[in-house]
Amino acid sequence: MNNVRNKKRANKSLPFFFRSEFKVFFTIILVSTILLISTFSFDTVPPILNRGIQPATFPKGLLVLMIVLTSIIYYLSFRRPWKKEKNLPKPFFLTIISFVLFIVISKTLDFFLAISVLSIFVSYNWGERRVFYLLLVSIIFPLVVFIFFEMILGLRFPPGIITNLYYY
Amino acid sequence: MMAPLFSSKLLLVLLFGTLFGLVLGVLPGLGPTTGGALILPFTMTLDPLSAIILLTSIYCAGTYGGAITAVLINTPGTPAAAATCLDGYPLAQKGEAGRALGMATVSSTVGGIFSVIVLVFFAPILANLAYEFGQPEYFALAIFGLTMLASIGDGSPIKNLIAGAFGILISTVGKDFMTSIDRFTYGINELSVGIGFIPVVVGLFAISEMLTQSTLLDQVFKRVALKAVKLPTKDDYKKTWKTILRSSGIGSFIGVLPAEGGTVASLIGYSEAKRFSKNPEEFGKGSVEGIAGAEAANNAATGGAMVPTLALGIPGSATTAVILTGLIIHGVRPGPDLFKEQPEFLYGIFGAMLVANVLFFIFGFFGAKLFARITLVPNKILWPMIFAVSVCGTYSLSQSIIDVWIMLFFGVLGFFMRRYGFSVVPVIIGLILGELVEGTLRQSIVIFDGNWLMFLTRPIALTFFILSLIALAFPLIRSKKNKKII
Repeated sequence: MNNVRNKKRANKSLPFFFRSEFKVFFTIILVSTILLISTFSFDTVPPILNRGIQPATFPKGLLVLMIVLTSIIYYLSFRRPWKKEKNLPKPFFLTIISFVLFIVISKTLDFFLAISVLSIFVSYNWGERRVFYLLLVSIIFPLVVFIFFEMILGLRFPPGIITNLYYY
Repeated sequence: MMAPLFSSKLLLVLLFGTLFGLVLGVLPGLGPTTGGALILPFTMTLDPLSAIILLTSIYCAGTYGGAITAVLINTPGTPAAAATCLDGYPLAQKGEAGRALGMATVSSTVGGIFSVIVLVFFAPILANLAYEFGQPEYFALAIFGLTMLASIGDGSPIKNLIAGAFGILISTVGKDFMTSIDRFTYGINELSVGIGFIPVVVGLFAISEMLTQSTLLDQVFKRVALKAVKLPTKDDYKKTWKTILRSSGIGSFIGVLPAEGGTVASLIGYSEAKRFSKNPEEFGKGSVEGIAGAEAANNAATGGAMVPTLALGIPGSATTAVILTGLIIHGVRPGPDLFKEQPEFLYGIFGAMLVANVLFFIFGFFGAKLFARITLVPNKILWPMIFAVSVCGTYSLSQSIIDVWIMLFFGVLGFFMRRYGFSVVPVIIGLILGELVEGTLRQSIVIFDGNWLMFLTRPIALTFFILSLIALAFPLIRSKKNKKII
């Protein structure tokens, strides 16, 4: 009980814009509002083709509902603050960076190279140092997956510097 | 019922599905939902019956598999096994891991088989009732399914509703199916066809779990040694048979309710076992009744959850949402017509679920020790491999790199949703029900000539609306009592 109270206190001691409840409230309201505004630019259908409601009406209703519900949880959080979250560790940010690397490499160089780079990057940053296992996750396993999808499912992967070597 | 299964191919699929389901269930963070989503692209090489048998056997075995890790390392392999930890691990710590796993295995099997019987009897009845349903009734039913999200296990009621609304919103991306007008596409052609179910599921479950694991690298599991799984003794049976039957009933009933699933079932099964027990003080300290109550209920929810999925096309849980997608991908339309036109297909599924329950009993009994060793695979090797399969599996369905990026986006989103107390399950249910909700709403408005009050003149629709109000009010009142509304 004391522990919970301390956590609450720790969260309450923060400026309001650093508290979890405000960050969540602000993000949902901001995104919902932007999406809500964008629904006003949806095309409309003439009344004769309009079956029931306009295409924008339903998403508008949902977004308003989300805004209202988010406002309620934010209001309720004044009475019962959320517990303070632990800071995210370094491997989390490195994993996010690896996702960005994956997108960049898969877009510019090669899909499979991107998988290999991400695998070795994640495995290394999560603490793996044994060369065999690094090779296993970055080369051997993706290769097995590639061959499986290519041969059994007949899938054609997007072209790239390594994939082209296989296809041409 | 079993006739369609007497083919070596189907038996092989069933065997593989059960083993794969057990592996998925054992690995914390994975589970039948993520595993089903990952394997869905592979099912394209199979005929519809084999594909659905594969998915359902993964569902049954995966739900049980969670108990192995719950007992041995105090970490539920699946969310549905969370209640099993409460008594399974303390009993294992007393040197009775084999007894704990034996009780979990027997009660899971009984619960699973009980639920298949419920499925065989109730699904056709519900399907027959569904013949009376028009668009307004389906709309009201879908709303009922969505309001049930308020009371699912993890996450607060309001946050669950926000997540559910968000899931429906995702389903509106792309061309409006009635007017072909683009919505939320922002000039990106690939979004015109909408956001696929698989990238969202794989992102929200597998990739977000990968991110979660990146924050838990320093976590050390305390493993309890297991010599062999032991069948419950006569005394154990005497003590637990009523609990197993009660929890089987509870689990099947909870499973039938749209959107609810094994997690809720096991929590209720566990608390009811405690309420009815002659020794409630033993709960939390290694009570076999506690294990039986939780395990019978979560496995009973599997058959129950298949009832609305097959009879109405409304998923009973997150995993059945994946199975529903599998049905749709393979051109099988769930609903009353399925029962009339393809009964042999349904009997194949029922039979497969029955056999899967027997198979996981055998594998669990003789192989639990081996399956438990799978948890020894370090995360730094396991998760990059899961990432490779996730990426290729997601890409393979529409051969679109955009799908892979969508998967990554939902992975990051799912991580932050979980971090701030939002369950990701309502997003999945919302996404799969979204088109039904919007479609039936718009068609109902056309039928009613714009008069919304006409909904109230339809008795079945009105009943579902009243049930929806109850579904909304109940968790809010309960949460207010527990002061857990947010």
